[in-house]
Amino acid sequence: MTEPLSFELSRPAVDPPRLPDANVAGPSPADVLPRGALRAKPPGLPRLSEPEIMRHYSRMASLNYSISENFYPLGSCTMKYNPVVNEAAAALPGFAELHPYQDEETVQGALELMWRLEQALCAIVGVDRVTLQPAAGAHGEWTALRMIRAYQHSRGEARTEVLVPDSAHGTNPASAALSGFQVVEVKSGGDGRISLADLESKLSPRTSALMLTNPNTLGLFEREILDIAELVHSTGAMLYYDGANLNAFMGICRPGDMGFDAVHMNLHKTFTTPHGGGGPGAGPVGVKSELVPFLPAPTVERTNGRLTLDHKRPQSIGRVRSFYGNFGMLVRAYTYILAMGGDGLSQASRDAVLSANYLRKLLDGHLEMPHDGPCMHEFVASAHNLTVQDGVRALDLAKALLDREFYAPTVYFPLVVPEAIMVEPTETESKATLDAFAQAVREIVAQAKTDPQGLHQEPKRTPVGRLDEVAAARRINAYLQGQSEDPVLRWKAAAESPS
Amino acid sequence: MLETIGVSSMNDLLVDIPQTLRLESLQLPAGLSEFETMAQVAALANRNRVFADRLTFRGGGVYRRFIPAAVAAVTSKPEFYTAYTPYQAEASQGTLQAIFEFQTLIAELAGLDVANASLYDGATAVAEAAMMAYVHTGRNEVLVSGYVHPEYVQVLRAFGEGRGIKVRKGGEPNKKTAAVIFQQPDFLGLLVDPRALTAAAHEVGALAIAAVDPISLAILAPPGEYDADIAVGEGQQLGLPPSFGGPHVGFVACKRELVRKLPGRLVGTAHDAAGRRGFVLALAAREQHIRREKATSNICTNHSLCALAAAVYLTYMGPYGLRQVAEVSFTRAHVLAERLAALSGWELAFPERQFLNEFPIRVPKGSAVVRKLARKGILGGLDVNRWFRELKGVLTFTCTEVNDPRAIDELLQALAS
Repeated sequence: MTEPLSFELSRPAVDPPRLPDANVAGPSPADVLPRGALRAKPPGLPRLSEPEIMRHYSRMASLNYSISENFYPLGSCTMKYNPVVNEAAAALPGFAELHPYQDEETVQGALELMWRLEQALCAIVGVDRVTLQPAAGAHGEWTALRMIRAYQHSRGEARTEVLVPDSAHGTNPASAALSGFQVVEVKSGGDGRISLADLESKLSPRTSALMLTNPNTLGLFEREILDIAELVHSTGAMLYYDGANLNAFMGICRPGDMGFDAVHMNLHKTFTTPHGGGGPGAGPVGVKSELVPFLPAPTVERTNGRLTLDHKRPQSIGRVRSFYGNFGMLVRAYTYILAMGGDGLSQASRDAVLSANYLRKLLDGHLEMPHDGPCMHEFVASAHNLTVQDGVRALDLAKALLDREFYAPTVYFPLVVPEAIMVEPTETESKATLDAFAQAVREIVAQAKTDPQGLHQEPKRTPVGRLDEVAAARRINAYLQGQSEDPVLRWKAAAESPS
Repeated sequence: MLETIGVSSMNDLLVDIPQTLRLESLQLPAGLSEFETMAQVAALANRNRVFADRLTFRGGGVYRRFIPAAVAAVTSKPEFYTAYTPYQAEASQGTLQAIFEFQTLIAELAGLDVANASLYDGATAVAEAAMMAYVHTGRNEVLVSGYVHPEYVQVLRAFGEGRGIKVRKGGEPNKKTAAVIFQQPDFLGLLVDPRALTAAAHEVGALAIAAVDPISLAILAPPGEYDADIAVGEGQQLGLPPSFGGPHVGFVACKRELVRKLPGRLVGTAHDAAGRRGFVLALAAREQHIRREKATSNICTNHSLCALAAAVYLTYMGPYGLRQVAEVSFTRAHVLAERLAALSGWELAFPERQFLNEFPIRVPKGSAVVRKLARKGILGGLDVNRWFRELKGVLTFTCTEVNDPRAIDELLQALAS
C-alpha cells in the first residue's frame, strides 16, 4: 500500500482556498515593484481541495508506526509514552500566541515557567544553572563545548583535544569537531566500560574535555566514574555529560555529583515531549558555577518575583538559536515534571531499569549478551551468533519485528558490538508488552534455524518491502554527477524529468 | 519481574552505582493530578498577555498569519507526532513521504534543485549555510550584507567561532570571502537587490546565500532565478503559531553541486523488490552517525513535525492561495504605511526603498507610542534601535492578511487618542 505524492494528486481545476481580500484601496505588488523583482512563474505547489488534503495526510499517517500504537524499543532514544496533557498545555493561547518580542511585563508567566523549569532541571541533574536555548541534544552538546572552550580560553589555556569513548553517540565527535576540537578516541575495556588505562594514556595538557554518557551506550553504569572524574580534573580538563541516558537514574543519582561540569538533557527523551517524527526536541544544558558566566544570552533572571531576560552577559558564548529556544517543548516538559513530581520521576527511572533488566533476562540465551548485567535503562544484545551460524543479521531481525507489529530496536549501534541490537523498553510499557516482544524475538531466533531465507524476505506486511537503498544511492550519484536529470531527492514534473 | 531477573530487590539492580552517589530523593514537590497540573500551568499562561492576532502589528522574524485548521488536524495525529526519526523506512513511510514533499515544496518555492528535511530555525539555517560555503570554497570569511536579522547574525558568529570563520558586516566581498549573506526582504522589511548582491559574490568566487521569507516567494523572484547558490529561511509563517519564538522550522535549499555539503537529513525515493516506490533516508554518509567528526554538521534529527505543518500549509494554499496571502498583506501594509507616514512627526525611515508587508518608520517617542497602543490592546511596532544604533526612533510595523482594515483603523484611532 502506497500513497501518491501531493504533486501527483494535484489537479489544475482545483480553486484556491477562500481567503480574505484586501478590502481596502491600495497598491498591489505589480503596481509598485519593478518587473525584475517579481516572480515570473508561480511556484509549483500542488493544487488540492481540503478533503483531498485531509485524506492524503490521513493515509500517510496510516503508513507510520508510532509510540501511540505499540512498543517502540529504539535504544538510546527513550521512546516513552507522550502524555496528551502536555499537548493541551502547549496549546494554551497564553503560550502558543505569545510573540517573542513582547515586552517583558507581558510575558511574566512564560518567563516564570522557564525559570521554574530551570530550577527543576538543576535539582534533577545537580548543576547550578541551565540554558534552555539549544533546540536539540546535538545542539546542546555543541553549546556545552563552546562554553568549556570559552572558560578555558578566559584562563589563558589553549586546549585543543576532546576525548570521546569509542562507544559514544556520533553526535559527540561531530559536535567536538564543529567546536574546533581534535577528537581523540578512548577505548572501552572488555567489560564494556571505559578503560581507565587508555583514558590515562590519552589525557594530556591538550585535553579540553572528556565527553561521556553514564550509563554508557551499552546501558552499563561506569562504576569508576568518580575515579574518571578525578583523573580528568587532575589534568585541568572538564567532564561533559551526554544526557541521552538520563532516564536511567532520576532520583537515584546525579551527573553533577559524579563530577560532570556540563550536562545536556533531551527533553524529548527523558521528559516526554514527543519526538515528532524527528523533532522538534529541546536540548537544555546545565553547568556548574565556573561555566555560568559563559552561558548563552539571554538568561532568565528572577528578582523579588519579577522576571527579566538578561542580555548583558559579557563573557557569554553568544546566542545559539533565535529567541529563547523551543519554548513549546519547554511547556510540555515542565507540565510533565509538575505532574510526575520528584517521587514520580524517581519511580519512572526505577521502572525503566526494572523493565530493561527483565527484558534482558527474557532474551538472554536467545541472543548473545556480550556484557554482564545488571544493566541500567537499556541493554545491548548481539545477533553475532545468528549471523555466523545461520546467516541472519541484526537487520533481518529488525525487519522481522516490523512484521510482528513491533518497531525495531536500534541496530548496529554502538559500533563496539558486532551486530548490535540496542533495546530500551522505558518505564511506560507493561509486563505483558515486554513478554509479547520477547516472544516475538524468540520466534524470530527460532526461525533463523529453520527458515533463514524467509527472514531475508521480511518485512512483508509493511506498506512497502525492503527498499533498495543501494540502487537509490546510485541514482542520486548519477544526478549529482550530471548524468541524469532525475533528482531522486525531490519530485519533478514528468515533462521536466525524462527518466 | 524481580524474581525472573533473579534478584531480590530493586537495589540489587543498582549495585554499580557507588553508594556515595546515591540520593534519598529529588528536591522537587510531589506529583499532581492532571487537573491540578493543568490548573498550575494555566495559571502561568494566564499571567501572559495575549494580543489578538488582528491587533498584532509586530513582526521582526515572527508573524501572525492565518493558520488553516487542517494544519493542526494533521500535526496532532499521534501517528505523526509520536513517531521518531524514520530509521526503519518500511514502518515510517508517512513521515518519510511528508519530508520528501516538504523538500520538494521548498525547492519549488526557492527555485533551486534540492532542499533538506529542515533545520531548527532561520538563524541556525543561516549558520549552516555559511558552513557549507566555508567547506565548499575553503575560505574562512563570510560577509553579512545589509540589515540581516540581528539574532541570525549572533548565531552565525557563535557557530563561526567554533570553526574559525570570521563574520564581517558590510563592505565589499573579496578573494577571502566564502559567501555573501543577505536577507530578502531584510530585517526591516525592505527589499534588497539580490541580483547585484549575487553577482558581486560570484565575481570574487564566493557563494551567494539568500535568507528569504517563504511567503514572499509567491510574488518575488526566487533565489534560483537570480542565481543564488543557497536559499535559507524561517518557516514559522507556514502554519506555525508564534509560541514565544519556537519551535519553528528552518529550511535550506541549494544548487545541485552543493547537495553533498547539505547538513542534516535528506529523503529520497527507492523501490522494493516488487517495484513499489517508497522513501528512504539518503546520502547518510554526510551525517554524524556515519561520519562522526567528519560529518557536514552535528545535527541529528531536524524539526520534522514543524516541516509537516509547513507542508500541509503550502499544500492547502497552493500557488494561488499563497499569492493571495502575500498580495493582501502587501496591499494592507502599504495602506498602513501611507496612513502612518501622514501622522505629524512620523516619516518612513527609508522612503526610497520598496517593501512588502513590513516597513521601518521613524516616530517621535517610540516607546511612548508602543505603550499607548498596548493600553488599547494593540501590539505596536518593534523598536529596532535596540539592535541598530543608527536607527534611533525607528519602529518596524508589519501587516498581514490577519490585520483587517478595521484593525488598521483602530490602530490609527489609538494613536490619535
